[in-house]
Amino acid sequence: MDLNVAAQLNSFLAAFVLLTAFGMLVQRRMYGLVHLFTWQGFFLSINTAVVGFVAGKHHLYISSILTLSLKVILLPYILHVLIRRLKVHKEVEVVVNIPMTMMMGIALVIFSYYLMAPVTQLSTLVTRSTLAVALATVMIGLLMMITRKHAVTQIIGFLAMENGLFFAATSATYGMPLVVELGVALDILIAAFIFGIFFFHIHTTFDSLDVDQMARLKEED
Amino acid sequence: MLLVLLLVPLFAAVILGFIGDRKFAPEINIAGSAATFVGGAGLALQVYEQGPMLAGGKFFFVDAFNVYLAVLTSFVSMTTAIFSRRYMRREKEHGRVGHVRMRFYHAMFQLFIFAMLLCLLTNNIGVLWIAMELATLSTVLLVSLYRTPTAIEAAWKYFILCGVGIAQALFGTVLLYFAAEKVLGEGGEALLWTNLSQVSGSLEPTVLSLAFVFLMVGYGTKVGLVPLHNWLPDAHSEGPTPISAVLSGLLLNIALYALVRCKVLVDGSTGTHRAGNIMMGFGLLSILVAAFSLLRQKDIKRMFSYSSIEHMGIATFAFGLGGPIATFGALLHMLVHSLAKSSIFFTVGHASQMHRTQEMDKIRGLFKGNGLVGWGLMFGVMAIVGMPPFGVFTSEFLILTATIKDAPLLTPFLLLGLGVAFAALFRRVQPMVSGDIPSYQKPIKVAHLPVLLHMVLVLILGVYMPAFLNNWFHTAVELLK
Repeated sequence: MDLNVAAQLNSFLAAFVLLTAFGMLVQRRMYGLVHLFTWQGFFLSINTAVVGFVAGKHHLYISSILTLSLKVILLPYILHVLIRRLKVHKEVEVVVNIPMTMMMGIALVIFSYYLMAPVTQLSTLVTRSTLAVALATVMIGLLMMITRKHAVTQIIGFLAMENGLFFAATSATYGMPLVVELGVALDILIAAFIFGIFFFHIHTTFDSLDVDQMARLKEED
Repeated sequence: MLLVLLLVPLFAAVILGFIGDRKFAPEINIAGSAATFVGGAGLALQVYEQGPMLAGGKFFFVDAFNVYLAVLTSFVSMTTAIFSRRYMRREKEHGRVGHVRMRFYHAMFQLFIFAMLLCLLTNNIGVLWIAMELATLSTVLLVSLYRTPTAIEAAWKYFILCGVGIAQALFGTVLLYFAAEKVLGEGGEALLWTNLSQVSGSLEPTVLSLAFVFLMVGYGTKVGLVPLHNWLPDAHSEGPTPISAVLSGLLLNIALYALVRCKVLVDGSTGTHRAGNIMMGFGLLSILVAAFSLLRQKDIKRMFSYSSIEHMGIATFAFGLGGPIATFGALLHMLVHSLAKSSIFFTVGHASQMHRTQEMDKIRGLFKGNGLVGWGLMFGVMAIVGMPPFGVFTSEFLILTATIKDAPLLTPFLLLGLGVAFAALFRRVQPMVSGDIPSYQKPIKVAHLPVLLHMVLVLILGVYMPAFLNNWFHTAVELLK
């Protein structure tokens, strides 16, 4: 594959990753969010495989398959099951001030480009231009966790952040060493089980997954 | 020895998960931790005789800096296991935990020890991150063990905030790898600390400064530095007390260890003192905010969690200040704070069991009620606020001396923080220990050994520094220059 084509394909997929991140920022339905998350994982997985092919890094194929099985199949499946079992699929979250959130998201993208400019200049990799997108994805995941008040949404924001980090590793260095990537995947898997258990605890204790109710622990004045 | 140290807690976790809540499960927990401690002591002996070593194909690395923390970690986990036998039995009698949760508790306790030791001993900065995340994940469900609304809230906060924080640290690690790859070539070799520290001078400074910001925010969240500390008082006060003891006494140290390792690389690369300055700022802010927060606490475990923030602030400040005296002080401070704080949590746990509450206004007459708990708490607090002849006095004195010498303008702030913390803690502890026994106080069987051992050690470290420890600290100071 031509390097130029590869770089363009890489940017193209990066655009889709960012697009899904923005989509998640404003999506109000639970299943819609899970679908967007699945698509983001899918683009990420394809991108990893493309980068692996262009750069001739075979361990990226393993990362790509890992992403595919973990973030496109397993995690969305777990989330689907949890949403169905907890009967929250009909809940439509009240998202305050969508235009404002979008503007903040855009500001974060610009900030990421500004922050990553010196790093991008030092890089010689095909994927260097997408590093800023990766950071923006992390930041948007963070923003989503801050602005949303539902436990499931917060977790999806958390996982989107993880996606951004994985993307950053691919863009900056053609992926972290395999032992690290496997370890991170294992951690995400454990985290998935933990938040699964958590959803049930929160649901039985508070009768809803709205985290706004959890405000007992505060400093008294 | 290194393998013993790592494999024993892992196997113990599997065994304890398998056999469940049998009568002898706490004893197995103690035996496992004791074996880990023996492994830690053996490793220390090995390192003391042969110097720093690599093991497992460069995967593990032991030097003067991490070996003392490994011994400390295995020691405090052993005493905590001893404490937890009586404490958790009592909690079971009170009906706060059942069989399933006890099984889970024991298995996760050992897994947590394993994660912390892996953090300390690994040579790979990426694996360090993974182990740190594992340590967080293994304790999240322990914080919510009682399943009360507040416990679940605390655990959720802990999970989300530390998850976000640690994600920033991973981004920092990616950037670090980006810079390292240019010098060391790609592959696992470029993330090994031993390699990185050799070439730190030729790592790209702009990238490393940027990486440090992310690492600081990430690991700083886990250290509990202000303003990233929101989760800490909740998580440390809502879980079972043995978990509070290891979270406050050990996990914070481990996170600080990770931060300091990164700081050394960044300083080596940039050649400036910027990373140190950032750490000093965060540290000083933590000391002041935590000291003033101490004044308004009503919950006893919450108050001591704030005290942990304060002490981590002191150590972070001292590492940031750099220089031989401050670094020596910081290393000693991590050691004595860990011993004193876990001992305080042991007595606090017993005191709140005697009164069935964590509210300080209701805890009274500890001297008369139970001598060990009362005097243990009193001496523990005297140690933690830095009264001579305890070890914390020595470390704080060293740090203060270094501050007067290197950053005289910051001395008043440091003194203010220490003074306020001193006053706040004494004001609260005095009425709890003295006075008559209230009607609702019930006598309980307490675990003597952990408290006594910790207090004796803190006292010894205050009056006499063993030669080997002195040696290690000096070597570590050289390493961290």
